[in-house]
Amino acid sequence: MKSLRFILPLLVFAVLLVFLWTGLSLKPHEIPSPLIDKPAPAFELARLDDPTRIVSERQLRGQVWLLNVWASWCVSCMQEHPVLVELAKTGVVPIYGLDYKDKRADALAWLGKHGNPYTVSISDPEGRVGIDYGVYGVPETYVIDKAGVIRYKQIGPVTPELLSEAILPLVRKLQAS
Amino acid sequence: MIPELGHFALIVALCIACVQAVVPLMGAQRGDPAWMALARPAAQGQFVFIAIAFGCLAWSFVSNDFSVLNVANNSNSTLPLRYRFAATWGSHEGSLLLWVFMLSLWMTAVSVFSRHLPAPMVARILSVMAMVSVGFLLFLLFTSNPFERLLPPAADGRDLNPLLQDPGMVVHPPMLYMGYVGFSVAFAFAVAALIGGRLDATWARWSRPWTTMAWAFLTVGIALGSGWAYYVLGWGGWWFWDPVENASFMPWLAGTALIHSLAVTEKRGGFKIWTVLLAIIAFSLSLLGTFLVRSGVLTSVHAFATDPRRGVFILAFLAIVIGSSLALFAWRAPRVGLGGAFALVSRESALLVNNVLLLVAAAAVLLGTLYPLFLDALGLGKISVGPPYFESVFVPLMTPAVFLMGIGPLARWKQDAPLDLLVRLKWAFGVAVVTAILLPLSLGRWTPLLGLGVLLAIWVIGSGFVNLRERLVQVRAAGGVTVLRALPQLPRGYWGMLLAHFGVGVFILGVTLVRGYEVEKDVRMNVGDTVAAGGYQFRLDGLSEVKGPNYEATRGLFSVTRGTRAVATLNPEKRLYTVQQMPMTIAAIDTGLTRDLYLSLGEPLRGGAWVVRVYHKPFVDWIWGGAFLMALGGLIALTDRRYRLARRERAPDAGPMPAAATQGTQ
Repeated sequence: MKSLRFILPLLVFAVLLVFLWTGLSLKPHEIPSPLIDKPAPAFELARLDDPTRIVSERQLRGQVWLLNVWASWCVSCMQEHPVLVELAKTGVVPIYGLDYKDKRADALAWLGKHGNPYTVSISDPEGRVGIDYGVYGVPETYVIDKAGVIRYKQIGPVTPELLSEAILPLVRKLQAS
Repeated sequence: MIPELGHFALIVALCIACVQAVVPLMGAQRGDPAWMALARPAAQGQFVFIAIAFGCLAWSFVSNDFSVLNVANNSNSTLPLRYRFAATWGSHEGSLLLWVFMLSLWMTAVSVFSRHLPAPMVARILSVMAMVSVGFLLFLLFTSNPFERLLPPAADGRDLNPLLQDPGMVVHPPMLYMGYVGFSVAFAFAVAALIGGRLDATWARWSRPWTTMAWAFLTVGIALGSGWAYYVLGWGGWWFWDPVENASFMPWLAGTALIHSLAVTEKRGGFKIWTVLLAIIAFSLSLLGTFLVRSGVLTSVHAFATDPRRGVFILAFLAIVIGSSLALFAWRAPRVGLGGAFALVSRESALLVNNVLLLVAAAAVLLGTLYPLFLDALGLGKISVGPPYFESVFVPLMTPAVFLMGIGPLARWKQDAPLDLLVRLKWAFGVAVVTAILLPLSLGRWTPLLGLGVLLAIWVIGSGFVNLRERLVQVRAAGGVTVLRALPQLPRGYWGMLLAHFGVGVFILGVTLVRGYEVEKDVRMNVGDTVAAGGYQFRLDGLSEVKGPNYEATRGLFSVTRGTRAVATLNPEKRLYTVQQMPMTIAAIDTGLTRDLYLSLGEPLRGGAWVVRVYHKPFVDWIWGGAFLMALGGLIALTDRRYRLARRERAPDAGPMPAAATQGTQ
């Protein structure tokens, strides 16, 4: 039994490993946003493609929709962009783009070059609406239900895994209810 | 072309590392000199190729190659040159490359400064280090390629995080990593010794300077990081118990225990198992720190963009490296045998208790750092552990440790008379008690914690002087020389110990006094207003708009007076970095030996007024001064004669050292 104490460090480490392993599947970054299960903050913003037309969150009630915060200057947006374009092709859920702190010409050129997954994009050149939504990094994606309540928030690029494992199941559930 | 060259160089380095990890080790087992001899050139070759890769990445940053994703994400054409260079390690990928680069640097150093070591030992050491290198190179190439292209290239980059645009960024990460990675040498020595079955005083003497060097770098690295946080975050704190700070502090605690344990192994042949275990733990904690930072299991100000694949990879790597070395320990350590016996009152006892306290402290920090993760994993909710936990654990653990620090160096090896020790130390203790009562009172306020802090600081410094006096008396008695002649006769290792211990005293004094007497005022100020703090008057003379290379700033013009005497003019800034639209607070600090005057601009208010933070921080610089003294002590100990002697003698089985060189050095 005397040699047991030499194995002790290994045992302690094994326990630690188990915790670290479980820790990996947890998401400390998923700090529950204070906006989850709260009504989406109101906005009235001009469309990116036609500044004379105003879009407000009230017009979007009655359907499940995604709000994707993007910008032409955002490098990570390019990473998620093909995922969004693919999603838009399926037509499962409309994606509304919030063009954040961007120049209209740059944004339109960017969409022209990389494809436009958005049902409608609205522009928020000064980031006012972004503040209401608590945007702290671009890109961000919100799932908003038929009653206009935020049900999910993703900070950072949407990956295909995230889409198929978290966002789409939630969207289907919300659409069915 | 250049990025591809760098990528290719990394692949070549990986191939070399794979060979180096296997062939010399097998050579050592089979006793084949040719196979063993491969270790040195392989290590040096690895260094060359990793250096090329590092140079290529640095070049991509310096030359604004925005077709490299890493550059586009972390640099900008308006970024000043020195920060474009430092941005090389500003990202996850780049900092890993720096990690591997440092590892190859240490490997090369071992390959050069190991002429006096037996060939099988060198072969095993370099093989073990190469295994670590293989893991990190694989990690770099498969999950975090720093040379990934961005097609089409970005027109300009997203800029380096403004928090990192600071001279601190140029020096802090390399220093810290030198220390972090440096513990891999002690680790490799320990594992090599376990494999070879040779754990003796010579082994300890070989690994001691490497460990001390790594420890000194880590000390400087942590101190630089703390000083950087102090002036860059704009609210004057110097330690936040952030998970990443803890990640560097845990190996430091274990490393501190290790260098003391090595001293016992070298001098007395004792603590062998303990030393080996500490060497493994110190490096394991370095690796664990890397995991915590890179995998994103903990939220932290240092966290880079995270990717679950990376977490799984590092965890697997951790499991292999730490798990196998601990398994090796469990298998081989029982055969190592114990060192000489020692009595309850002896230097060994003092060092052993201190080691246990340091290790418990490291475990407490680990627990505090991982506690949120444990709770989350057990489904008990999300919490965060703050400074109150760490402070309430740390003070009771460090108080006896610091107290023993005063006794340890004076106690004799093997056995000492308790009463005799008390008599020898009575002056140090008396001075410490009197100062602990009078100093706080003279500064205007006495609390138990203040008294304790001053007591410990003066105790460490006072007992150091008692120790020095005794040593000088010994030398004089032996050689009949004067004090001035006797001073240089004391070995450098002894001076290093003394200086490092003084550093601890200075550090404690700094922490205690700044905690006890700092004045912090957050006030509304308009042009022409004056605020008083700590006996100084701060007047806002004006505000001006400034334009920097990649930012715009509002600068406050303050004049500081004491009575009628002008002390300083301070110009804190509130900057807006244009690319990331990120505001930054640049504090203005007037540094002094006994106090810092610290000003930073908070938020603008209506009517042109600003919220201004006005801090008077007595003795705050002693915190870093103490840390640098510790590191300096380590470096001086490195130059001790006996390491050079050992090299010249080329005696792999050198028995006990000559008495004159061994006696009493710590």
